[in-house]
Amino acid sequence: MSQVGGLPVRVKRSRKVDPRLVRLFGWLVLGALLRLMTVTTEGTATDHTLVLDAAFKSTALIWWLLGAVAVWALTELWRARKVGSLVSDRTAGARKQWRTVSDRKLTRQLAVLALVLAALIIPNLMSEFYQRVLVDQVAVFVLLAVGLNVVVGWSGLLDLGYIAFFAIGAYTTAYFTGSLPVTPGFRLNPFVILPIAVIVCLIAGLLLGAPTLRLRGDYLAIVTLGFHEIVQLFLVNKNNWTGGNQGVSKPIPHFSINIFGIHYQWTLDSMPYWYLFMGMLAIVVFLFARLEHSKVGRSWTAIREDEVAAAASGVPTVKYKLMAFSIGASTSGLAGVLYGSRLGYINPASFPVVLSITVLSYVIFGGMGAIIGVIAGAALLTFLPAVFQEQNLVRQEDIPMWIGAILVVMMLFRPQGLIPSRRRRRELRLAQQGIADADAMSEAPEGRQ
Amino acid sequence: MCLSQHFWQFLIPGITLGCLYALIAIGYTLVYGVLQLINFAHSEVFMTGGFAGLFLVQALVTTGVTPHGTESVLYVVLGICCGAIFGGIVAFLLERVAYRPLRRRNAPRLIYLITAIGASLFLFNLAGKLFGRDKVNVPELYTNGVVFTVFGAQVRVQQIIIVCTALGMMLMLDAVVNRTKLGAGIRAVAQDSQTASLMGVNINRVISQTFVIGGLLGGAAGFLFGTYLNVHYQMGFLPGIKAFAAAVLGGIGNIRGAMIGGLLLGIVESLSQSCMSSQWIDVVAFVVLILVLMFRPTGILGQRLGRAA
Repeated sequence: MSQVGGLPVRVKRSRKVDPRLVRLFGWLVLGALLRLMTVTTEGTATDHTLVLDAAFKSTALIWWLLGAVAVWALTELWRARKVGSLVSDRTAGARKQWRTVSDRKLTRQLAVLALVLAALIIPNLMSEFYQRVLVDQVAVFVLLAVGLNVVVGWSGLLDLGYIAFFAIGAYTTAYFTGSLPVTPGFRLNPFVILPIAVIVCLIAGLLLGAPTLRLRGDYLAIVTLGFHEIVQLFLVNKNNWTGGNQGVSKPIPHFSINIFGIHYQWTLDSMPYWYLFMGMLAIVVFLFARLEHSKVGRSWTAIREDEVAAAASGVPTVKYKLMAFSIGASTSGLAGVLYGSRLGYINPASFPVVLSITVLSYVIFGGMGAIIGVIAGAALLTFLPAVFQEQNLVRQEDIPMWIGAILVVMMLFRPQGLIPSRRRRRELRLAQQGIADADAMSEAPEGRQ
Repeated sequence: MCLSQHFWQFLIPGITLGCLYALIAIGYTLVYGVLQLINFAHSEVFMTGGFAGLFLVQALVTTGVTPHGTESVLYVVLGICCGAIFGGIVAFLLERVAYRPLRRRNAPRLIYLITAIGASLFLFNLAGKLFGRDKVNVPELYTNGVVFTVFGAQVRVQQIIIVCTALGMMLMLDAVVNRTKLGAGIRAVAQDSQTASLMGVNINRVISQTFVIGGLLGGAAGFLFGTYLNVHYQMGFLPGIKAFAAAVLGGIGNIRGAMIGGLLLGIVESLSQSCMSSQWIDVVAFVVLILVLMFRPTGILGQRLGRAA
């Protein structure tokens, strides 16, 4: 107690813990958590402490904790010496130079050309296993991620039922190729089904988005999550239509060309499918790149940055949000056709809810809003788990856990992603200062129509 | 008419389920009230409560013997408390580790939602890894006999326990929000967090407390739900979506609305069971959500984001 003007005043002495110690504690907890996550033992319902024991009653824990202390010591040293600002001072000139070079149109065109050549040549040198990974995982998910980027990256909405449209696309293919218990009476080539599936998914997207997007944008997240669940239920329970849990009754035929005297039949071989996927991806990326700087793309940017201002300037925000959502949905349907035809067999378990969030994490990881970043993120995050699994480093069941962790860590430390779109990064920075929104989550300013 | 025949048989389980939905929905609505954020990870708070209660009860009850009398009461109360405490802890940690850093840098809502869904994915898969991915039944804590019948519908001990606990907790919450200083803080932050902070309300603390309150209710609901069905690492997913639908139905941000919405949704869902096959039950909540969004987006009692009561 001390006296202030004759009155006894209790002075609260704040006991501040050294922030360095707090950070050490954080690193130690992180080390222990990582140890727990990397254990390959799988828990059972009978023994609840099995995994905990395996993780913490072994010498490996000590190494993880020592590693955490080492990282802590390094970061503290980095902080104390102010290495970060030193490095950024030293490299300022080089970075500026890099920016001017990388901004040149020629450099960009060369980079794209190099990427395309790499995509066409490198897979030929890989083993059969990795070629299959490339087609079944990387190509499909890159296409999906590019589509989801329109919804999340450009229009700033959150779609958690994205894979439902993928399923709709795949099952549309199964229907029109006569592979389901219920058949249309004729069989179409998967090439013909591509536009049909796109239109079906477009309509499904409009029907789902219309009642939701008139209201708050964030409701879309939970409505799409529920929609995915409904599609799953439908696929599982409507046995006489979809084949239920057993999946399609007859294999879905492969793509084939049979016009103007040209005959070509895709087979189980991976490389022809790889070229087909790359062709589709090229078309989609080209269209989307055109869209980004068109009137539509600029409207999305305006809505993201300030929905009220956009509406006041005459941008019909609900219409454009709906457009983005259904364009994303139809891209997902397109990927579904390719996927269904490539694998030949699909069942409801091929389209779990978790997959939607997985695709979301590819978009986030790569850098939402930047096509090149999204492609890189999806390619990296689909290829690496396949490598880890082949080396038996990670169990397949644990991958969703890592995906969740990646999402949280990216959002906390690098929300703009690995290769960010410059516009998006600027928006996120402005949002920190309370200037822009950087998403389309608020109530539609036109009011309810 | 399909409804008239088994009306009471379906109403009683509907009320039971509705009480559980209401408890979870309150967690959504509280967080939505103060932060305008759909806390996707709330379903994992619910799941944690289920597992925590399950482990405590498994440790206490000798297998094969159904306890009775005061022993039963003690175990049920301990299970609920354990579930509630762990639910509160997880909710607190979530707010501290995942949401507070975002709030500090004024992140857009999209970022919050992605963090929430990521945290949810991480938590339930971690639980699956730690405790297995099979469904576990909570050991019997009491003989689940019939207490009385209403118009031919049996009311069992379990249903009475769930309904009474849930109603008790809701009444307590209502009193806390409307009568105490803590509740005044929550209401103030929900109305206008900037002004509240100028008036000397410690916003960070109030938000933490809001999460913990939601977590306590959600965790307790998790244990009760576990005794009703089973405990499973993905048990939070569907009740989570349904409870959110309930919160929207009652008017999001409105605590009494969440109670009424949850109860109503449970009853509607259970009654529709008499009209359609039980495989399609999960569709009901979703249809309700879409209908509410189309025709009365503010919910039954109306959104009272400004007044979290």
